[in-house]
Amino acid sequence: MKIVVAIKQVPGRDSQLRIASSGRWIDEADLSYEINEPDAYALEAGLQLKEKHGGEVIAVCAGAERVLPTVREALAKGADRAIHIDEETGALDPLASARLLAAAIRGEAPDLVLTGLQSDDLGYGQTGVILAELLGVPHATIVMEVEAQGGGIRVKRELEGGWFQHVEMPLPALLTIQSGISKLRYATLMGIKKAKTKEIRRVTAADLGIASAPAGIALDRVYLPERTKQTQLFQGSPKEAAAQLVEKLKFEARVI
Amino acid sequence: MSILAVLEHRAGAWNRMSFEALTAAQQLAREMGAPASAAVLGSGIEGLAGEIAGKQLDRVYAMEHELLADYTPDAWSLALRQLVESVKPTVVLFPHTYQVRDFLPKLAASLGRVAVSDAVACRVVDGALLLTRQLFQGKLNADFRFTGEGPHFASLQAGAWRGDQLAAGSATVEKFSPCIEATDIRTRPLELFRGSQRTVDLGSAEIIVSVGRGIKEAENIPLVETLAQAFGGELAASRPICDAGWLPMERQVGSSGQTVAPKLYVAVGISGAIQHLVGMKGAKTIVAINKDPDAPIFEIADYGIVGDLFQVVPELTEALRKAK
Repeated sequence: MKIVVAIKQVPGRDSQLRIASSGRWIDEADLSYEINEPDAYALEAGLQLKEKHGGEVIAVCAGAERVLPTVREALAKGADRAIHIDEETGALDPLASARLLAAAIRGEAPDLVLTGLQSDDLGYGQTGVILAELLGVPHATIVMEVEAQGGGIRVKRELEGGWFQHVEMPLPALLTIQSGISKLRYATLMGIKKAKTKEIRRVTAADLGIASAPAGIALDRVYLPERTKQTQLFQGSPKEAAAQLVEKLKFEARVI
Repeated sequence: MSILAVLEHRAGAWNRMSFEALTAAQQLAREMGAPASAAVLGSGIEGLAGEIAGKQLDRVYAMEHELLADYTPDAWSLALRQLVESVKPTVVLFPHTYQVRDFLPKLAASLGRVAVSDAVACRVVDGALLLTRQLFQGKLNADFRFTGEGPHFASLQAGAWRGDQLAAGSATVEKFSPCIEATDIRTRPLELFRGSQRTVDLGSAEIIVSVGRGIKEAENIPLVETLAQAFGGELAASRPICDAGWLPMERQVGSSGQTVAPKLYVAVGISGAIQHLVGMKGAKTIVAINKDPDAPIFEIADYGIVGDLFQVVPELTEALRKAK
């Protein structure tokens, strides 16, 4: 099975975010980055399928040069090779992202394309589905299990409120993977060593023949959310804060 | 100019978020001075369409087809594209459900458009629609605007609009028969099923103490369990805790778990990603204990302690015991 995993690099979970002077994105200087968590699970699912059925896992990542450590990490974990789409992505809309990814992936003619269900930065939750549309393949989202079956696959999708559904489809296909569906592997020392010899093919939007197109949506302004509630914060030592909280819960909110 | 809301049901039962999208469509129609309509897809949906015809709307499009009996992204996208191309709405609103997440990006892309997904607010400024959505798991907000000609697509976050404020009226039900062939549908959906049998009913708990990533290790869970006991409440968790297997899935609160609205919700070491907040923001009183003062959970908390949960939780347990 030839599997492409589309991964994204996002600011680390505990990053202190500052709004850029343009007011339209965050200040990317001094941030530490990591793989988008749902994409790490997509990579894991791809590696497990390869271990079971043989084949190849190709990681694809769009972003400036800063994404290379994330790409190398995917190779160290077991991806066979990678494609780096060297473009500033920032607040790029999901159709534009998917156009870049589709152009890079099409020539590979994979059996399966995997990606995380959403990104932890922009959080549109759309890129995977749009990618399926652009590649002309069927898809399923929020997938928890993947099994090969005949010439196709059978997946377990998560629905709302504790419901699930199995869906069958032929290959090639695209799946967006839910976080937490299996344990993530760590890169081994051997893996890290091997990764150094693996191919990272660099392409640009121009190489892929992608010109920027009007997106239909524009990000006007990024700002800190206004608080909808006035939160009473309790200061002092943990003991003092706890005592004040209990007092308020008992006599003000009257919930205990 | 016109607004279209696409409604969702499962086997004839409405998804309540449909009414939130419908409320937003009515509000927007008033603000923009444009008519609002609704669309229902399925097989055997006359009853559902008739129900919606009692709302203040211009039209209800009843999209009836035997190939719409079970949801598939191919059939939904194809049918709605035909409706959108035929009635040419300016703005098309959807509830941001798992189903909408599955087909809306495809539908919009098939028309060369991008949807503004998971919007939490919208307003009209100088005749243009501004939609607010959250970035970085709720740490930042961003305003989006549509450029160019419609159709403009947006999906609306659960609970961001109220579904119980729909204006009544009388709408014309119009049948719309999409052209769908069996060969257009490439995926085969099988029966829905539930996960494990539930033994805990978080929905009826009056007090819930919920634990998140901040707890660091499975071995530390008893710390929060003891706090829940001191409160006389149920123990719950955010998704990462259940994914890691530290607590069973049935104790998960959030969009993929249970939606709860207890008298008191205590969030311990939970940053407050959108997926968690939609499951608990209906709680009457919310308490947050977190080391990060910028954590989104503090935006909806009534009371908060910024601090190390490993120091705060034992003190709180002790203070509760004394107070009783």
